[in-house]
Amino acid sequence: MSTVTSDQQQSLADVVVVDYGLGNLRSVTRGLERAGADVEITDDPEAFADADGVVLPGVGAFREGVENADPLREDLLEVADSGTPLFGICLGMQMLLTTSEEGANEGESAVQGLDLIPGTNVRFAEGQKVPHMGWNQLSVERDHPLVRGVDGVESESQREDGSAAGGSVDGRYAYFVHSYYAVPDNEDATVASTDYEIDFPAIVANEAGNVFGTQFHPEKSGETGLRILRNFVEICSEE
Amino acid sequence: MTLTKRVIPCIDVDLDEDGNPAVYTGVHFEDLEYTGDPVEMAKAYNESGADEFVFLDITASAEGRETMLDVVRDVADEVFIPLTVGGGIRTTDDIKETLRAGADKVSITTGALERPELITEGAHAFGSQCIVISVDARRRFDEDGEHYVEVDGESCWFECTKKGGREGTGIDVLEWAAEAEERGAGELFVNSIDKDGTKNGYDVPLTKAVCDTVDTPVIASSGCGGPEDMYEVFTEADADAGLAASIFHFDEYSIEDTKKYLNERGVPIRLE
Repeated sequence: MSTVTSDQQQSLADVVVVDYGLGNLRSVTRGLERAGADVEITDDPEAFADADGVVLPGVGAFREGVENADPLREDLLEVADSGTPLFGICLGMQMLLTTSEEGANEGESAVQGLDLIPGTNVRFAEGQKVPHMGWNQLSVERDHPLVRGVDGVESESQREDGSAAGGSVDGRYAYFVHSYYAVPDNEDATVASTDYEIDFPAIVANEAGNVFGTQFHPEKSGETGLRILRNFVEICSEE
Repeated sequence: MTLTKRVIPCIDVDLDEDGNPAVYTGVHFEDLEYTGDPVEMAKAYNESGADEFVFLDITASAEGRETMLDVVRDVADEVFIPLTVGGGIRTTDDIKETLRAGADKVSITTGALERPELITEGAHAFGSQCIVISVDARRRFDEDGEHYVEVDGESCWFECTKKGGREGTGIDVLEWAAEAEERGAGELFVNSIDKDGTKNGYDVPLTKAVCDTVDTPVIASSGCGGPEDMYEVFTEADADAGLAASIFHFDEYSIEDTKKYLNERGVPIRLE
């Protein structure tokens, strides 16, 4: 059932995991290594420029995340601008948006995200169990290289005609832990959605396609997650 | 589709006579039996369809703690499902170290009872999602409680204990659960001293009372003797996750069979 790739395989891409002082970077690093990447954990912006792809990980609170990452803001915007793949995970994905209700203060002290995918992060409604914690299903809304085939039913035709159904992560389970969810201004930013009383974006991407993020933790989502990480590494190697 | 119920194996890790980490399985938090190597067990569970993995450090010594962080690193390298680590966490530095070692969540028992601000600080610094508050509840049939629950025709309250049930606190579990949630706990981990190691089912009245009190996810623990006990705690108490140790460790039931059993009875489960 498990088809984890060997650790000894050749590196497909050089990926930087941005260290902004929060959370568990070890799992995402190991996941990316399993997916075939050479990984450097760093807060050195010069390394961003040389990398094939940049991962903005995330565990924690929006305000702390944004504040900790703030010195790197311009560098991250540059990564996005240069067309290098920028992959936000969980809080890292939320930081790609414009702002968040979390730690929200009106006016001048409002916390600003990177605004690479315009929109806001809002809290789940009262009366629901929050955080939304556990395994939930992905429903692919549109094509994006991040959601290529996961179940061995590789179907090139489906990929090429733009349909994401079938040989993709559609219907697969991913592991979520979050209290806020993204509401992009542009509906097309949603690549996959998940149902938790409401449908919310599980995967988002910008129009150019090189800035994207998952609300769930691919590094914690078993085989499905490793598939997505492999897709990411492949995207990086194509650049 | 909706959020699935989680099936979670748990290992208790202590140091053996030579100072090497080893998994032990106990009854009523005592009478520990050697069960295996933590990293090997974690690897096996990662591939068996477990939804999450819980690692409890029961060494409670300074040397033990350092060794355990190494084990957490080794386990985290092998596990691509969420990893919760508990045992001896008393400060925000302990939380940070444990997360840095590769844990996704920390489970805190005594450290939070002794200094509830730890929950607030931890949630603020690292996010609620990684702060799991664990209670070791004990039934008490006296007049000292605040919230009474019907258990087998008798009325009891549940007391938070420390040191694996050896020390009472006088704190009502339901009061504490509400306070922990208020302070930012992201999940509650409900152990029962009365049920631990008995394999005659979870403490359903306890679990249900906690689920009815809070909106945060609740992991039922202690007493699981088989898939039917998980079914009971999911359907009758509405627990979000069921944790078990010995039934999985000693191969009485596989994770896969347990999940199939639940799925066939209509419990939302991740089967892949």
